[in-house]
Amino acid sequence: MTQAVRIEGLRLEAVASGHDIVDEVELTIAPGEVLGLVGESGSGKTTVGLAVLGHTRRGVRVASGRVFIGDTDMLALPERELREARGKLVSYVPQDPSTALNPAMRIGRQVVEVLEFHDFGGSDEARRARTAEVMHEVLLPSTPDFLRRYPHQLSGGQQQRVGLAMAFANRPKVIVLDEPTTGLDVSTQAHVLATVRNLTASHGVAALYVTHDLAVVANLAHRIAVMYAGRVVELGPTAGVFDDPGHPYARYLMAAAPDLGGEREMVGLPGRAPSPGKRPVGCAFALRCELATEECHVAFPPPIEMRPGRMVRCVRPGAVPDRTKAPPVVASSSTVSEKPVLSLRDVTVSYAEKQVVHDINFDLSPGECLVLVGESGSGKTTLSRSIGGLHHEWVGTISLDGKALAHSSRDRSVDERLRVQYIFQNPYSSLNPRRPIGASVARPLMIAGVDEKEADRRVGEMLERVSLTAAHARRYPDQLSGGERQRAAIARGLAADPEVLVCDEVTSALDVLVQASIVELLAALRRDLGLSMLFVTHNLPLVRSMADRIAVMMEGRICEFGPAHDIIERPQQEYTRRLIADTPKITVNGHKDHPDA
Amino acid sequence: MTALPEQQSTPAPPGVLRVSWRMWRTKIGVAIVSLLVLIAFFGRFIAPFGENEALGIPNDPDLEGSLFGLGKLGYDVWTRFLYGGRPILVQAFLSTVLALVLGTIIGLVAAYNRRRLDDALMRTMDVMLALPQIILVLVVIAMFGAQTWLVVLAVGISTVPRIARVVRGTAVSVVERDFVASAEALGEPKMRILGAELLPNVTAPLLVEANLRLTFAIAVIGGIAFLGFTSDPGAANWGLMINEHRGVLAGGQPWGTMLPVIAIALLTIGTGLIGDGLSRAAAGIDRGTVDA
Repeated sequence: MTQAVRIEGLRLEAVASGHDIVDEVELTIAPGEVLGLVGESGSGKTTVGLAVLGHTRRGVRVASGRVFIGDTDMLALPERELREARGKLVSYVPQDPSTALNPAMRIGRQVVEVLEFHDFGGSDEARRARTAEVMHEVLLPSTPDFLRRYPHQLSGGQQQRVGLAMAFANRPKVIVLDEPTTGLDVSTQAHVLATVRNLTASHGVAALYVTHDLAVVANLAHRIAVMYAGRVVELGPTAGVFDDPGHPYARYLMAAAPDLGGEREMVGLPGRAPSPGKRPVGCAFALRCELATEECHVAFPPPIEMRPGRMVRCVRPGAVPDRTKAPPVVASSSTVSEKPVLSLRDVTVSYAEKQVVHDINFDLSPGECLVLVGESGSGKTTLSRSIGGLHHEWVGTISLDGKALAHSSRDRSVDERLRVQYIFQNPYSSLNPRRPIGASVARPLMIAGVDEKEADRRVGEMLERVSLTAAHARRYPDQLSGGERQRAAIARGLAADPEVLVCDEVTSALDVLVQASIVELLAALRRDLGLSMLFVTHNLPLVRSMADRIAVMMEGRICEFGPAHDIIERPQQEYTRRLIADTPKITVNGHKDHPDA
Repeated sequence: MTALPEQQSTPAPPGVLRVSWRMWRTKIGVAIVSLLVLIAFFGRFIAPFGENEALGIPNDPDLEGSLFGLGKLGYDVWTRFLYGGRPILVQAFLSTVLALVLGTIIGLVAAYNRRRLDDALMRTMDVMLALPQIILVLVVIAMFGAQTWLVVLAVGISTVPRIARVVRGTAVSVVERDFVASAEALGEPKMRILGAELLPNVTAPLLVEANLRLTFAIAVIGGIAFLGFTSDPGAANWGLMINEHRGVLAGGQPWGTMLPVIAIALLTIGTGLIGDGLSRAAAGIDRGTVDA
């Protein structure tokens, strides 16, 4: 069969330093096939995706290799023909539809513009017909009224569908999707994925689906390529790779993937992939691999055909690192009976005078982990910010140990402020970039009135507690990876010696392996320090192993509340059922079981 | 839990100052400005004659031993030039510092206290911006006389709105970031949030703006001196010199005008180049590669 995409010996370098960003990439995609390209941030997966469009980012150049789409070598095309090819031969669906669409242009116009650029159909009539058709294909209405809307009048899922419509408009042979569902809720994501699957299958379009989330491609991709430090380390049919990963890194990825079934604990892997210029001579994963031997450090292992159609770059394909043999989940013992440490009574929160959260009542027992789950816009973050004293527009009672808390953190006593600590979603914005980590961690101690010498000692202790080193205290946030930053932010929360930790989507900005290691850390802290936790998330499987009780939020109300096991196994509410059904799942030794949406 | 070392941290990215120093424009700017600052402050020690020493007929272009001939009242042009830079530089610098301090405080306070205080402060700034700076300064001087401190005050205060706008504009986005919320959750005092959380994160654009304002202050203060508003009309001053000698610019003795004109022009070009380097560094232009 002729391949729709053929990438041969692709190497991309940083212009300034000549360091390899990706190297030795060999991939093919058949018409109608979806290839999942999986990797952490910085693994070079997006760079490869863009190379398929013949594009390199500023400061990156193609050093060698060829990218064929049919018989056209995209990397050899002159600029003018390249522009012609993009959109017609190959098109691109970017990550964030809210920034990819022109906010000042009606969506119908944006789709028509793509058609006009390639002179599709030859007449305005034909283009209008095609616009209606493609809108229909992506399951959007094609009424004049809808086409006249601006992007901001659409939901995130609709925006991404418009992105898909623009990409599919000219009936390209190949489509590159760069994490198109990252910002979307699970239900929306499930629908967008189903659309992608149907469109590629029915029109024979080859798709390269770039993602960091294994679960997403588990149900979508025919084959999977796993990238690490700029190289494809494993390639094979999806079922094969999932059932029996050949590369230790792939095994870690599987073990770190959240599992809603709750049959196993998640296993994280601290550390990060070496960045361009710091990559070793040998296997780039050897630095983090518990199976690594001297042999691994000698040279990057050549591709080995593990079995037909399965390529692995490891000297010991199929070996299983001990840590990835995940222990089964230990049922958590909830201690609901005790006197609550935090309790909410009839809490109603408004945002700019509009009520967004209504009549919330719950208690958090000492040592308990309560998970507040819901889609974006359900009010879960607003509620948690009210508890943290960061959002002031609420009525009702939030009490800590029976004593009502003031609305604003400024009106609470020092003691109250320290006992409830809030960990933010995005570690890239929660640490002051102009201040060393140590100084940030020391702030709660300073406020508690600890003297400087003692504070220094405690900062070191806290950093070690979160698996950083005391030496990290002198570094600036820029010098740390996302996972390290989130650890530092947690250390700051711990420094205050709190009773309640409010964790607001603390893993959503992080890679899968790092997510898992942060959840591991929080679970350990909770066990060792007896912390109570309110864990806000949209990712139910992620916290499956930690949760004692789950509160499902929908449109500002708690629609279902109960022990974690009951909620996941026997959801009572239609909404909860849908939420669980739409969550992409993988099981390590199983099959894909995604309901067709 | 296992504590695998999270290896290899990247080196700290160089600050705006260091990045801008790598650019040729900044180096040239710094060279020019240093030269003129040296002339303005230490030129008087190498001056061949006294500041108020009449040597011969006014505007005599070819006096023996006089480098650029004589100027008004028979003073040596080169000597007057060497003496005349300091007042302009000192006043421009002081007024910029004044504007910087007040503007930063107003900008930060406005950005942090959105709504009413923000509106009150920034609308006041807008009103001030609507009036041309030079006219504002001239009105003040016309009312109270041309004392040095008054010129500094007038130029400084009329520069405040521009700095305040830049600081507020940058700080508004910083206020939205989580580390500020984190400081609030800990109950940090407002002053500390302004000074320790916001201020360090607006320094890059602030530096650029301060530099630009210095350039303008030099021009305004030179201009005021040109119009004759100096506290001591007898003392040498570049702005004043230009005015005093413009009558003979085409009359065979151009140097009395040309020297200070060239100096002020170079000074503004120099500070402009530095500001350009700073702003490029701050905006990340000329930055090398993007990490994958």
